[in-house]
Amino acid sequence: MLAIEILGLEKTYKVGFWRKRPKPALRPLHLQVEEGEIFGFLGPNGAGKTTTLKLLMGLVFPSAGSARFLGKAWTDPTVKAQTGFLPEQPYFYDYLTAHELLEYYGQLSGVPAKQRKQRIEQILQQVGLHDVQGVQLRKFSKGMLQRVGIGQAILHDPKLVFFDEPMSGLDPIGRREVRDLMDQLKQEGKTVFFSTHILSDAEALCDRVAIIHKGELRGLGAIEDLTSTVRGKVEVIWQGTQMPPSIKALGAECHVAADTVRVIIDENQQDAVIDALRRERLRLISLTPVRTSLETYFVEKLRHAETTAATTV
Amino acid sequence: MKTSIAHIAYNTFREAVRDRVLYNLIAFALLLSGAAILVGQISIEIEKLVVINLGLTAVSLFGVVIAIFIGIGLVSKEIEKRTLYTVLSRPVRRWEFIVGKFLGLAGTLVVNTFFMAIGVFAALFYVSHKFVHADGLVFMALYFIILEFLIICSLALLFSSFSSPLLSAVFAFSLFVIGSFAEDLRGFAAMAHGITRWLATGAAYLVPNFSAFNVITSIAHEQPVAGQLILQNTVYALFYAATALSGAVLIFEYRDLK
Repeated sequence: MLAIEILGLEKTYKVGFWRKRPKPALRPLHLQVEEGEIFGFLGPNGAGKTTTLKLLMGLVFPSAGSARFLGKAWTDPTVKAQTGFLPEQPYFYDYLTAHELLEYYGQLSGVPAKQRKQRIEQILQQVGLHDVQGVQLRKFSKGMLQRVGIGQAILHDPKLVFFDEPMSGLDPIGRREVRDLMDQLKQEGKTVFFSTHILSDAEALCDRVAIIHKGELRGLGAIEDLTSTVRGKVEVIWQGTQMPPSIKALGAECHVAADTVRVIIDENQQDAVIDALRRERLRLISLTPVRTSLETYFVEKLRHAETTAATTV
Repeated sequence: MKTSIAHIAYNTFREAVRDRVLYNLIAFALLLSGAAILVGQISIEIEKLVVINLGLTAVSLFGVVIAIFIGIGLVSKEIEKRTLYTVLSRPVRRWEFIVGKFLGLAGTLVVNTFFMAIGVFAALFYVSHKFVHADGLVFMALYFIILEFLIICSLALLFSSFSSPLLSAVFAFSLFVIGSFAEDLRGFAAMAHGITRWLATGAAYLVPNFSAFNVITSIAHEQPVAGQLILQNTVYALFYAATALSGAVLIFEYRDLK
């Protein structure tokens, strides 16, 4: 079953003093996310990621289109009990403690009292806030608030979780923990839809990604498919610090590390390099085709979009 | 009542308490005890009159200020701080949020009024050393003051659902002042002619008639309140608050939370 089905969702704001000038924030968006997937929604700042998430959460109303969650209409109240949401740079009632906040959200989500107590304990442990559960949120750092935000999003054990920039404000350890948590959610069979502009996070976590720019979908697919373009280059790594003259003569890009040498050569030069390494009795460590990184794919897509826009004008 | 409304109402009350809104009670207590001591020394026979007048006017004014200043931020602050996002993404309907907020603020004002009422009765006891049957009339004045608060809360919430806190404060406070002179406005409308009469009559009936709720002076003179006025004010306040609240819900239901 599809977890999320976005059917031509579109948003145009009316701006200006008389609110007559249309400003498109999201062009008709069609997207499908399978159950159990971690889906990355990528785009630069101002691309329309947050608008899309707000539309999906019913915080802003679409100019056209609709969506379905877990096979039901997105406006169905029962669907909301099965979705969790972490907004971008979340801010919570700072007069509450972490425990009180989770209690409040648990009540609003309809989690039964008995189950709620147990679940709050579990979540506080999971997001690493158990020791500070009695501290008012006004004393929390940005990273701690982000953890509370993640906690409230998964508190009611939703099947579908939406995260808007979940790594924002976190230190490297915090980011790693969030990655692990998202991985764990996937293991539990949940669907995670998250927006980010940090491509390494998307590359490490996502099954599939969509790229959005200026409110328009620019790319969609599995990470392996998007990064599988072999650019006709091969990366060769061997042990040692010396560069055989025959390889040097090929004019390859060369990087010497502590006790390894790495070169990037054309595919048709790989036999010559291997022969040279054999002759010099150097130990080959790896030989791998160079794949396009998600970042390269992303930048190329955006550049293409800019060029198309410039030509149209 | 739907449970989510009760949870939102309780959270609104808790916010007011933790943001030290009830600290106004200290100012109120100081004002009233100071006044009681002072009038006890300088006035003869009219101590009670002064204490009731001053005490109930203070209850009303303190409450109005709280109702306006909390009410104007109830929705706009939640949007501005984005705390609303994590509430409305749950199985909570927008109207439930508005009604919950209203009840939370109304509850805060009722609790506040309760403690102030204790202060008024304490001051009364201080100046007259006993309670008499007529002192019970103070409860009627307090009831009318609470009805007044319901109207102000709903208006503040209405303005908060579409306007900035500053503008909402200006609108709500202006309506409170104009509404306090609603009877005079009606009198002016009756004397006016032509289009002015129509406009004045329209305005007089549109603004909340707070002057009908002000029975402080008559109660201070131990004059009972007519049953008809109690019924009339109750129906009027509930109807006015429900209408303003419906307006707030209607606006908020279709508002984009950018």
